[in-house]
Amino acid sequence: MEEEITVDIVYTIWLRHIKRYIRSRSRIIGSLGMPLFFLLVLGFGLNSVVDLPGMGQDYMGFLIPGIISMSVLFTSVFSGIQIIWDKQFGFLKETLVAPVSRMEIMLGQTLGGATTSLIQGLIILVFSLFLGLNISNIYGFLVACAFMVLIGLSFTAFGIAIASKMDDMHGFQLIINFVIFPIFGLSGALFPLNSLPSWLQPLTLIDPLAYGVEGIRYGLLGTSQINPYFCFIVLAGFTVFMMTFGSYLFRKIQI
Amino acid sequence: MFAIKVENLTKEFDGLVAVDNVSFDIEAGEIFGLLGPNGAGKTTILSMLSTILKPTSGTAIVNDLDILKDEDGVRKSIGIVFQDQSLDEELTAYENMDFHGRLYRIPKNLRQERIAELLKLVELEDRKDSLVKTFSGGMRRRLEIARGLLHHPKVLFLDEPTLGLDPQTRNHLWQYIENLNKEKGITIILTTHYMDEADKLCEKVAIIDMGKIIALDTPQKLKEDLGGDVITIKSPDADKIYSKIKASWVKNIESHDGFVTINLENAEKHITEIVSLSSHNNIDIESISIHKPTLEDVFLNFTGKTIREQEFNTKDQMRMRQRLWRRR
Repeated sequence: MEEEITVDIVYTIWLRHIKRYIRSRSRIIGSLGMPLFFLLVLGFGLNSVVDLPGMGQDYMGFLIPGIISMSVLFTSVFSGIQIIWDKQFGFLKETLVAPVSRMEIMLGQTLGGATTSLIQGLIILVFSLFLGLNISNIYGFLVACAFMVLIGLSFTAFGIAIASKMDDMHGFQLIINFVIFPIFGLSGALFPLNSLPSWLQPLTLIDPLAYGVEGIRYGLLGTSQINPYFCFIVLAGFTVFMMTFGSYLFRKIQI
Repeated sequence: MFAIKVENLTKEFDGLVAVDNVSFDIEAGEIFGLLGPNGAGKTTILSMLSTILKPTSGTAIVNDLDILKDEDGVRKSIGIVFQDQSLDEELTAYENMDFHGRLYRIPKNLRQERIAELLKLVELEDRKDSLVKTFSGGMRRRLEIARGLLHHPKVLFLDEPTLGLDPQTRNHLWQYIENLNKEKGITIILTTHYMDEADKLCEKVAIIDMGKIIALDTPQKLKEDLGGDVITIKSPDADKIYSKIKASWVKNIESHDGFVTINLENAEKHITEIVSLSSHNNIDIESISIHKPTLEDVFLNFTGKTIREQEFNTKDQMRMRQRLWRRR
């Protein structure tokens, strides 16, 4: 089948994703639980004992962009992996047998995942306003949103790539423990990257989320450890790569 | 005029031949049944005809379009109801229909009109805004059929449409299918492993076993070809009866899990012979019956096995059970 892309079809897939998201209130609340817990416990618990020299920030302020990225990361990976449910409950067949291209389906799913993760990130952001976050300029806010969208797109595609290769949810815990948590842990969401021992630092540099966290941090706080332009280029590159890779695997799904 | 022309269609999975060089034609406006045990290759044939699977070799023409050359064209001209459910349970009946209509690029006004019409046809119009997860098995099936018709396909594929449904719902569904065929002139191809379903519903039946078509005709003709009557004997010593009965009037005799099935002319005349032969040889008979040949007997005649035996031979047994379990 030729890979033509119609906005209508992409919109249809996107719309279904959004409808399902809005309807699953327990999932929205459930997936807000962990980031809020981290924010409150770590933020308040460590605020007085952690001193971040040269950052002009207390720990709570430092932590907020990290937790926003966390929320976006988890929501987007979950969104992508949902395709496994579609596979198991048969709905994917209905989509795949329709006269639409796989690229359209993939794009709709990815945009849907990115949208819901942006919403989740924004909810944490709004909550953070009560914890001392100060958004002084709209430009910074938009920069943060752009980075959230990139994280959302790339990791939804990442989830779809995984889902394309898995037949059921059995391997899911494995992915969370050995892939998603390391990506989160090494991203500098919870602590400054340069506080890690030097042998661990190269690992953080190949962690795409690190550039997302730093980008959001730059947008919200105005300071970052990595140049924000560089962050943007790396993360945008990763997004393009992930979406290409994801659609490649998605196209090979057999039902 | 042919709706479907299958030419030497073959599908192998890792060296295992699921569909073995199958050729047949389906006339437009027909209800055509693919009949056979689970694992015979029925679903694989349907998957190839609906372009979900690529054949290993051979091809088919569906509505004048080649399944290898014009996937999109074929997809637009067919409707399909899968064996396993394929609805989104988190959406309402209407939304499921709407999603489908958008994917098939049906303009908004026409889409709304047809959805209303079809939901009425399958008697779901008052449940259109309920989430599908609150629906019963029969309601889901009806919704899927309605959805398969939304883009006005010329050919509708139904893969085991009544699997796991109660008898009443099955009857109901048969009626829908017949009406659809008559009133809208849609060619219907269904797979089933229920012999009575094929007999009642289909104008033509292809009996499939181990990836091959072993018989193809009208149910009437298939039964007539077998001819005469069928005597079924239930006995703990079925094999013994099988070896003892060697009369010239026996056209065909098969022994299978505690039953002996004999195909013959004028059964009324010979039944006493059978009974006295058995008591002479001290063979217990639990029950004995005479009936006209059914498709079940046709299948038995061609394969030497009942359709159920054939099913439980295959590893599919486990998968089948899982599927039924999931559907509940």
